[in-house]
Amino acid sequence: MGWIALKMLVGDRAKFLGIVMGLTFAALLITQQGSIFCGLMLRTCGQVNDITGADLWVMDPTVRYIDDVKPMLESNLYRVRGVEGVLWAVPLYKGQARVKISPEVATGRRAAVIEQVILLGLDDSTLIGAPPPYRVLAGNLRDLRLPDAVFVDSERLAKLYPNEDWTQIKKEGKTFYRRFLRRQLEMNDHRAVIVGVCEATRTFQTNPVVYTTYTRAKNYAPQERKILSFVLAGTQPGISPKVIADRIRSQTGLGAHTASDFAWMTINYYARYTGIPINFGITCFLGFLVGTAIAGQTFYNFTIENIKQFGALKAMGVTNVRIVGMILLQAMVVGLLGYGIGVGLAALFGWATQGGELAYFTPWQLLPITAGSIVLICVLSSLLSVQRVIRLEPAIVFR
Amino acid sequence: MMVAEEHRAPAAVARPLDEAGVRVAVRIRGLGKHFGTGEQRVQALQGVDWDVFTGQLTMIVGPSGCGKTTLLSVIAGILDGDEGEVSIFGEPLDRMSDRARTRFRTTNIGFVFQQYNLLPALTAAENAAIPLVIAGWRRDQAVRRATEVLASIGMGKKLASLPSQLSGGQMQRVAIARALVHEPRLLVCDEPTAALDHETGQTVMQLLRDAAVRPDRAVIVVTHDNRVFPFGERIAHMDDGRIVRLEEQATSRPNFSDFSPLM
Repeated sequence: MGWIALKMLVGDRAKFLGIVMGLTFAALLITQQGSIFCGLMLRTCGQVNDITGADLWVMDPTVRYIDDVKPMLESNLYRVRGVEGVLWAVPLYKGQARVKISPEVATGRRAAVIEQVILLGLDDSTLIGAPPPYRVLAGNLRDLRLPDAVFVDSERLAKLYPNEDWTQIKKEGKTFYRRFLRRQLEMNDHRAVIVGVCEATRTFQTNPVVYTTYTRAKNYAPQERKILSFVLAGTQPGISPKVIADRIRSQTGLGAHTASDFAWMTINYYARYTGIPINFGITCFLGFLVGTAIAGQTFYNFTIENIKQFGALKAMGVTNVRIVGMILLQAMVVGLLGYGIGVGLAALFGWATQGGELAYFTPWQLLPITAGSIVLICVLSSLLSVQRVIRLEPAIVFR
Repeated sequence: MMVAEEHRAPAAVARPLDEAGVRVAVRIRGLGKHFGTGEQRVQALQGVDWDVFTGQLTMIVGPSGCGKTTLLSVIAGILDGDEGEVSIFGEPLDRMSDRARTRFRTTNIGFVFQQYNLLPALTAAENAAIPLVIAGWRRDQAVRRATEVLASIGMGKKLASLPSQLSGGQMQRVAIARALVHEPRLLVCDEPTAALDHETGQTVMQLLRDAAVRPDRAVIVVTHDNRVFPFGERIAHMDDGRIVRLEEQATSRPNFSDFSPLM
């Protein structure tokens, strides 16, 4: 009876397409909005993920997320180093600085560019926390030790040099970024020289990221008694970083988290305090509702229009179980089609907007969530039809 | 033409097996059925006693609302009576479970509906194959068999046509093929000519007589088209939920000695 159910389904093309479109819309909206939400959330902890090489992040115990910097005394670095199981510990400065770029004759820009940047100060000797070599687009990380040297992130470079011919990137690729080497800029009235350009994950804030050494960052940063933002620590092999984090917490009173935990702390903070999940949740829920309404109503209409045919089938000896099976098969097919097309379109959307301003990340967990939603829509839609057909008296065919 | 007239059908004992192999297909005793309650209550059938015989085309006629369709529905096993007994080929329908009755219908009863009730998305051959598919046949086998039946009733050139591409008469032929494809022992037809013009109606009735009436099969036709009365051997006149008169008439009964199944 399966083929009869499928032929009935596709036989009425308008309704068939209506149901599939309803489900496609729902799947697209849930996946697309879910991906944008995940992309945004991932951006909030982008810097935690970008600063690699450390097992633990140590910070003021009241810090709730990466941008919630609460400076500590530098003596805390030595306290962390003194905890058993800590292999090494280095300082990290994270703060804001104001960059000024003088007018340029070459590009015809007559006004100075003034931009707020995120300044990261890495340990002078080890440069732990620097971008890995494969993310360096121009220059050499070793050059960070040169006087006044800074690395700038490629994503936001256009904010600093808006008059540059950015269309050349497509032609020149990575070599395009070499033109920025040795360019000078002022950071909080101190001279800085760009010695490299690197990739950095876009952050929730839109400011460019500037890397320099910890000592130099102290010069650039406004004068404060406390300057140490975070301590990055490595742990001895064979001991779980979480155990060491517990030790640091109990022995120093500081906050200590693995990179992954700190990233989740950041995500949870933004999820809890910004209302972003509510906004996206509402959109996803609306997609679910609209999908249910369109698919459910069309599916129900489809059943009602075929009610005499279902009655005839029941009269001819088709049991309720088989009729329900037919309806569920129809629901499953439109569900699969709607899910496939919807998720496919969402993926296409993600691919088309790749590298742009839009935050878009589709974790694998989103796919079963969308599938579950579509199944729920199909079940709700077919329940209406199923109960109508089950209650149907086959004698209807003689009326 | 009329050979018998009676207000209550006599008991089945009045019709033993005859020389043509006629036997009781449907036996009804004291059948009653009502719809609604209180002031809305309508007594659709009242103490119906009746026998239907194999090898004959039997008609149920009467004015609208007299209970024809209700009686046909109960005989076909798709509606329960309130009281009385109904047995088909000796099997008591009223004592069967829903599942058993559904199974019984699958193999023993063929249906022809007034509005054909063909599935619009299926071709003529696929529509005619439905009872076999319900009975568990494989699709290709069922369609092959349906094709043969359709060819035998002159629809061989319309096998791949959808119902929307067929005329009313052609659709009713497909419906007849669907009703016969699994060779049921009882064929129930509800107003098979009501949606057809006179000439097509006559053709369809002739086809029904030729293809459906068999010594081991009973055919019951509900109609109020008196132009097709001549096709029936027995006519049960109904009024007010009762069979008020039974009529028998001579027809060009098929020569059962030449009978061979459709396939």
